Amino acid sequence: MVTLKQYTPTAYSRILGMGAYRPDTIVTNDDVCQWIDSSDEWIRQRTGIVTRHRADADTSALDMALAASKEAIEAAGIEPSQVDTVLVSSISYPYLTPSMSAVLTERLGATPAAAYDISAACAGYCYGIGQADAMVRSGMSTYVLVVGVEKLSDVIDNGERSISFLLGDGAGAAVVGPSDTPGIGPTVWGSDGSKHEAIRMTHPLTDIRDAEAGKPRPFRKDLADPETGTMPEDAPLWPTLRQDGQTVFRWASFEAAKKVTEALEAAGLQPEDLGAFIPHQANMRIIDQMAKVLKLPESVVIARDIADAGNTSAASVPLAAHRLLQEHPELSGKPALQIGFGAGLVYAAQVVILP
Amino acid sequence: MASKEEILAGLAEIVNEETGLETEAVQLDKNFTEDLDIDSISMMTIVVNCEEKFEVTIPDEEVKNLKTVQDAVDFIDNAQG
Repeated sequence: MVTLKQYTPTAYSRILGMGAYRPDTIVTNDDVCQWIDSSDEWIRQRTGIVTRHRADADTSALDMALAASKEAIEAAGIEPSQVDTVLVSSISYPYLTPSMSAVLTERLGATPAAAYDISAACAGYCYGIGQADAMVRSGMSTYVLVVGVEKLSDVIDNGERSISFLLGDGAGAAVVGPSDTPGIGPTVWGSDGSKHEAIRMTHPLTDIRDAEAGKPRPFRKDLADPETGTMPEDAPLWPTLRQDGQTVFRWASFEAAKKVTEALEAAGLQPEDLGAFIPHQANMRIIDQMAKVLKLPESVVIARDIADAGNTSAASVPLAAHRLLQEHPELSGKPALQIGFGAGLVYAAQVVILP
Repeated sequence: MASKEEILAGLAEIVNEETGLETEAVQLDKNFTEDLDIDSISMMTIVVNCEEKFEVTIPDEEVKNLKTVQDAVDFIDNAQG
């Protein structure tokens, strides 16, 4: 009988440093109204969004991830070579393989760190923080780089009005490492695939291949002519995002919000113990509703980065956290309750001590 | 089980809480969008609060059919039964 050696566990983990990248180009609501029949007032009232940042053609998701990661590693006070695991969450990296994580790891100078991408849409960063916490505490990893990055402008159709006008580009990153005190609470995470069509792509990539081979386009409801109900001959080949806004609002505001409460309870805290609440920046009305459900006291700072940044999917929580730390340095060392939720539908929530 | 009058009164309170509209403004013949200026997001919040208050289920796909206050009161009344 042999006995296998196991990892040597570490008691606690925490976020050691964070980084962010916001593209320079600002898209206003008036810009959006050139593409859809709407108004600045309508968009502000229903979403809370005033502007969103979008990357130019020469700036890739990888470029943004690299910039945010470098800042996070420097803020953590470690060298890139000390990072032994890299987790990137994105829905907008235009290669199915290899992973962005592997390429990012090489660009950072962190090779041979373990590297893989997470496909959990807007919950991806919080999924990553949960995984990083488990990896560090188990002894499997020492320093885990968690990145949420999106160039959503590559997967939207500015002329449709279900989701595209909400979305922006950007990247946020965090380094998770060992800690002398608890720095990441239990992650409450899960999925509800029965609602997988609530946030979706218009069609699969294989439609492009088939169209190039001369096959007739299959019917796709999101591309159908609203008047005739048929597929137009010039339906776009490039798949883009769509959502059922009411379904998502209801699920996020009332179902996902319960998970936030569970994460707070799992960490053994009360709302008044929190320094900040950092929900996924999907819609200001969802943020308001969640805050109401949580009965947050006024002392808790609520991240409202969405007004300027729009919804940046996997990047939204780390971007919002990074901004809070810049604007409220007193929050450093305080507990923040964060939740990511999105296409899947998926969610992950946890309390973290802000670096 | 709430009567139709009680459903209307409860619905009016929920609408008041979400939008600030006076409860008296919530009359059976009023259209949520055109008369009461309630947008799709507020409508969802009202629907969820009605579900809790009256212990009924109002599916997402049903919400678009609730155009007037009468529609909502009738749906909740039937769903209770």
